[in-house]
Amino acid sequence: MTHPVSLSAIVAAAALFGGLTVAEAQETIFYSTQLRPIEEATKVRDVLLKGLPGKTTYVVDEPPAFAVRMKAETQAGKRTASVVGALHGELQPHVQADLQPIDDVAAKLADRGIPENLMELGKLGTSQQQYIPWMQATYVMVANKQALQYLPEGADVNTLTYAQLQQWAKNIADKTGQRRLGFPAGPTGLMARFFQGYFYPSFTGGVVTPFKSVDAEAGWNAMKELWAVSNPNSTNYNFMQEPLLSGEVWIAWDHIARVKEALALQPDQYVAFPAPAGPKGRGYMPVVAGLAIPKDAPNRAGGVAVIEHMTKPETQLATAAEVGFFPVVKVDLPQDLAPGIKLLAGAVAATQNARDAVVSLLPVGLGAKGGEFNKVYIDTFQRIVLRNEPVKEVLEAQAKVLDTLMKDTGAPCWAPDRPSQGACPVQ
Amino acid sequence: MPARASWIPYALIAPSVVFLGVLFIVPLVQTVWLSVATGDGISLENYQRMAGDLNFSLAVRNTFLLTLVVVPVQVALALAMATMVTKLDKGRDLVLWVLTIPLGISDLAAGLAWLSLLQNTGYLNSALYALGLISGPTGWLSQETPWALFFSIAMAEIWRATAIVLVILIAGLQLIPKEFSEAAEIFGARPWTRFRRITLPLLKPSLQSALILRTVLAFEVFAVVYALGGRNFPVLAGEAYVWQNDNQNYGVAAAYAVLIMTISLAATAVYLRVLRTRPEQLP
Amino acid sequence: MTAITTERPQAGKNRSMTLPAARRFLLWTGIVVLLAWVLVPIYFVALGAFGGRLGVFRWPKSIWPSNLAIEPMMQFLTIEGVFNALVNSLIAAGLTVLFSIALGAPAGYALARYTFRGQNAYRLLVLLTRAFPLAILALPLTVSFIRLGLYDTPFGVSLIHTVLALPFAALVTQSLFMGIPREYEEAAWVFGCTRLQAFMRVVLPLALPGLAATAIFAFVISWNEVFAASILTVRERTLTAYLLRILAESPLHYRFAGGFILIIPSVLFIFAVRRYLFAVWGIASK
Repeated sequence: MTHPVSLSAIVAAAALFGGLTVAEAQETIFYSTQLRPIEEATKVRDVLLKGLPGKTTYVVDEPPAFAVRMKAETQAGKRTASVVGALHGELQPHVQADLQPIDDVAAKLADRGIPENLMELGKLGTSQQQYIPWMQATYVMVANKQALQYLPEGADVNTLTYAQLQQWAKNIADKTGQRRLGFPAGPTGLMARFFQGYFYPSFTGGVVTPFKSVDAEAGWNAMKELWAVSNPNSTNYNFMQEPLLSGEVWIAWDHIARVKEALALQPDQYVAFPAPAGPKGRGYMPVVAGLAIPKDAPNRAGGVAVIEHMTKPETQLATAAEVGFFPVVKVDLPQDLAPGIKLLAGAVAATQNARDAVVSLLPVGLGAKGGEFNKVYIDTFQRIVLRNEPVKEVLEAQAKVLDTLMKDTGAPCWAPDRPSQGACPVQ
Repeated sequence: MPARASWIPYALIAPSVVFLGVLFIVPLVQTVWLSVATGDGISLENYQRMAGDLNFSLAVRNTFLLTLVVVPVQVALALAMATMVTKLDKGRDLVLWVLTIPLGISDLAAGLAWLSLLQNTGYLNSALYALGLISGPTGWLSQETPWALFFSIAMAEIWRATAIVLVILIAGLQLIPKEFSEAAEIFGARPWTRFRRITLPLLKPSLQSALILRTVLAFEVFAVVYALGGRNFPVLAGEAYVWQNDNQNYGVAAAYAVLIMTISLAATAVYLRVLRTRPEQLP
Repeated sequence: MTAITTERPQAGKNRSMTLPAARRFLLWTGIVVLLAWVLVPIYFVALGAFGGRLGVFRWPKSIWPSNLAIEPMMQFLTIEGVFNALVNSLIAAGLTVLFSIALGAPAGYALARYTFRGQNAYRLLVLLTRAFPLAILALPLTVSFIRLGLYDTPFGVSLIHTVLALPFAALVTQSLFMGIPREYEEAAWVFGCTRLQAFMRVVLPLALPGLAATAIFAFVISWNEVFAASILTVRERTLTAYLLRILAESPLHYRFAGGFILIIPSVLFIFAVRRYLFAVWGIASK
C-alpha cells in the first residue's frame, strides 16, 4: 500500500536469511537439557567438548521446549540434532517415536565400566539401548553452619531421622523466631522427587504400592509437622541455593545442581549431608542423564563421536570437576576437587553408602505420563499439608488417580516396590 | 458516509486475513481439535479433567480478580499520566519516554525487579527495617499472607503494563482539537467537567482499543505472577502452561487455552457493544 | 474566532496569577512521583546487575550502590554466539515492525472509514491472536514451520511476532483514523487529489502518532518475545531467547544482568520514536 519495501525485496531477504542457516555437512549439533545455566554451558563448550574432531555446536533448551521440538521434528520428518542429552525422565516420553536404538554404541563402550543397572535404565523399558548414561546426580541436604548449634541432643547430622530433623527445625524456630527449614516446593522445584525418592521409601518402603497405607498416613502426619516448622516461602522456592545464600533458609533439601552455587561460593559456610531416614530406611533417588541419538539424525557418526567423547574417563572427571555432575564410568575422583564439589561428593558418597539406604529408582515405563505421575504426589502434598484436608480421604482419592494412571500406562513396579506382573498395583 | 466502492475495505483487510489464516488459524484449529479429540472420537474429557482439577476454581477466581482490579486502575492511571504529560511543554518527550520504559522490560526482569523489592530480604523490608517498623525479614509473598501477595502481584502488574494503555491513549489524545477545550473554558467549564464531557467522549475509540487489548492480555497474565506468587497464586494461563510442560498433557492444556480465549472474546464483545462509537460523535 | 482565542488566555493569566503556579507545582510533583515509580524498580535491577555475585543476597539491602562489579556484564557480552543472536533479534524486530504496519494500517483504515459486513468478525479474528496463549500452539506451529522451510530463521520468527503485533497495529490505527475527520480527506478530493494522494498528504502525517505507537509495540513485542523465538529456532536464536531461556536457571546476579542489558534496545527504540508520538500537537495547529 503505502509501503516502500516491495514484496520481492522481502522474499529476497528471506532467502538470504534462510540460506544462512544451511548446516555444514560435518557439523554435529549436540542438543541438551542439562548444563543450561550460562557458566555451565560455557564450560561445556570451552572445556568438555575440546578434542572432538569437526564442529560440535552445543545448544540448550528447557525440558518443555526440548519435548516439543523432538515431537515436532519427528512429525515433520526433519531433524536438526545428531545427539541429545537429557534426564532419564525427559527421554522417557520419546522412546520409540523419536529416538533410534544405539546398541552398537553400547557395545563400543562396554569396557568403560558403566554399571549394569544404569545401562538397563538406558533401555527405557525396551529391549534395545536407547540412551547411554552420561552423568549422574542425586539429592542431598545442605545446612548453614549457624544451624548446627541447634541440633537436638545425640543427633548426628549425617544420620538424621525425620523426627530429629523436625526437632532441629523446631529448635531453630523457637530460639531465633524464624522458620529456617526450606523445601523446593515452587512451580519448577523438584518437590515431587522428594516425595517419590525420599519421603515415601523412608516411611513406607515403597513408592506406588503403599501409597495409601497406614505407614503413608503416619508419614503425611509427620510431613505436616515438618511443614509447620518450615519457611512458608518454600512454595516460592525453585532452587534452594538462593534462599540458602540469602540466609532465609538454614537447612534445605534439593538436587545437587541446585545447591551447588551456595557451596561453591561459600564452602566454609555450609555442610552437606544425606537426607533423613524414616521408619523403613533412608530413601534416596539417583538421577541419571543420558545421551541418545534421535531418529533421522543428520550426522549419526558425529553423534556417536560425541557420546564416546563424553564417556571417556578424562571427560567424566572434567565434568565432575567443572560442573559437579558425577561420573557414570568407573573412575576415581581426584583429591583436589573444588571445595564446594568436594562437599557434594562427600554427601553423595555418604548417601550411597549409608547402611540403611533404600534406593528409589526413576520410574520406567510411564511414557508421556511421567508428569502426571509427579502431579499425584504434588497434589497430595497440596491438599494434605497446604490445605489441611483430612489425610485418609485425600489418600483414598489420590490413590484412585494413581491407580488409573498405572493401569493406563501398564507400567510394572520398580524399586523399592516389589516387582509386579503387569501394571503396578496401588494397595 | 459509507463508501460506495464496497470492495475497498475487503481489499484492505485481505492481506492480514490471509496472513493470520495461515500462521494462526491453522495451528489454532489443530490445537482446539486436540482439546476435544481423545483416543476414539470427540469428547469433553479434557474439559472435565480441567474443571475437576485441584487448582481450577482458584485459577479462575484469581485471574478474574486480578483483571478486575488491575485493568481499571491502569486505565485511570494512564489517563492521569497522559493528561499530565500533555500539559507539559518542556521535557514532554523525555517524561513520556521514561514512562514508557516498562514496555521494554521482559517478564523476567519485571518479575525480578518486584521480587527484589518484596522478598524477605528485599528492599522494601530493608527500608522498613531501617525505619524500625519491622524487626527482621518479613514475608509478604507467602501462603500465609494471601492479601499481601495479591496486592503485590497487582502492583507489579500495574507497574509493568500501564505503559501499554498509556501509549494508545497518548496517540489518541493528540487528535482532540484544542478548540473544543478552549471553547468550553470560555463558557466557564471547570477542568474536571471539560475532561468528562469533551476529552473522554472523544477518546472513546482509543479507550475501546486500549481496554480491549489490555483486558485480553490480562486474562493471559502469567510470568510475573509466577515470579512473585509461585504455587500460591494459580492463574489460568499458568495452569495451561503447567499442564502442557510439566504434566505433558497437551489436551488439557488446549482446553485451558480455549477457555481463556472464550473469556477474552466474551469480554471483547462486551467492550465493542458498550463502548461503541458512532461516526457522528467524532470530530 | 482568532480574536477570541488570543484574548482569553491573557485574561486568564491576569485573573489567576497564583493558581497556575500552584497547579504547576502540583503537576510537577505528580510527574516526579510517576517518574520515580517507574525508575525505582529499574534502578534495583541495575543494582542487582552490577552488585556482584553475592550482592543480591545481602541483608539488609542498601539502596546505594556498593561493590560494583562489571565482570558479570562483560562475561555476558562475550558468551559465544551473543553477537549473532543480537543480529537475529534486530532483524526479527525490524521485519516485525515492517510487516505489522504493512498489514495492520490498511486494516485499521478499513475499520475506521468503512462499515462493512463482517467488520466485527474481523475485529474478533484479529483479537483472537492475542486471546489464545501462544505457548499452547507450539507443537503445530513448529511442525508447520519445518514443513514451510521457515524453521530456524529470523524471518520465520518475525512472522510469528507479526501475528502477535497485528492486533495492536489494527486497533490502534483504527482508533487513530477514526479521530481524523473524514472532511479533511474529502476536502482534498475536492481539490483534485486522488484517494491515495489524499491519504498520503493529509491523513498520514496526522496518523504518525498511531503509526509510531504501532512501531513501538511491534518492536517491543518482537524483542521481548522469548517463547516462539526459542521453539522455532535452533541455532539462529534471537538474543532474548538465547539469554532469557538459560538465565532462568543461572545464578541470581546473572539474571539481573541479563534482565538489565536486554532492556536497552527497546528503550533506545522508544527514544528514537518518541517524538512521533507527539507529531502533531492538536489538529488545530495544523
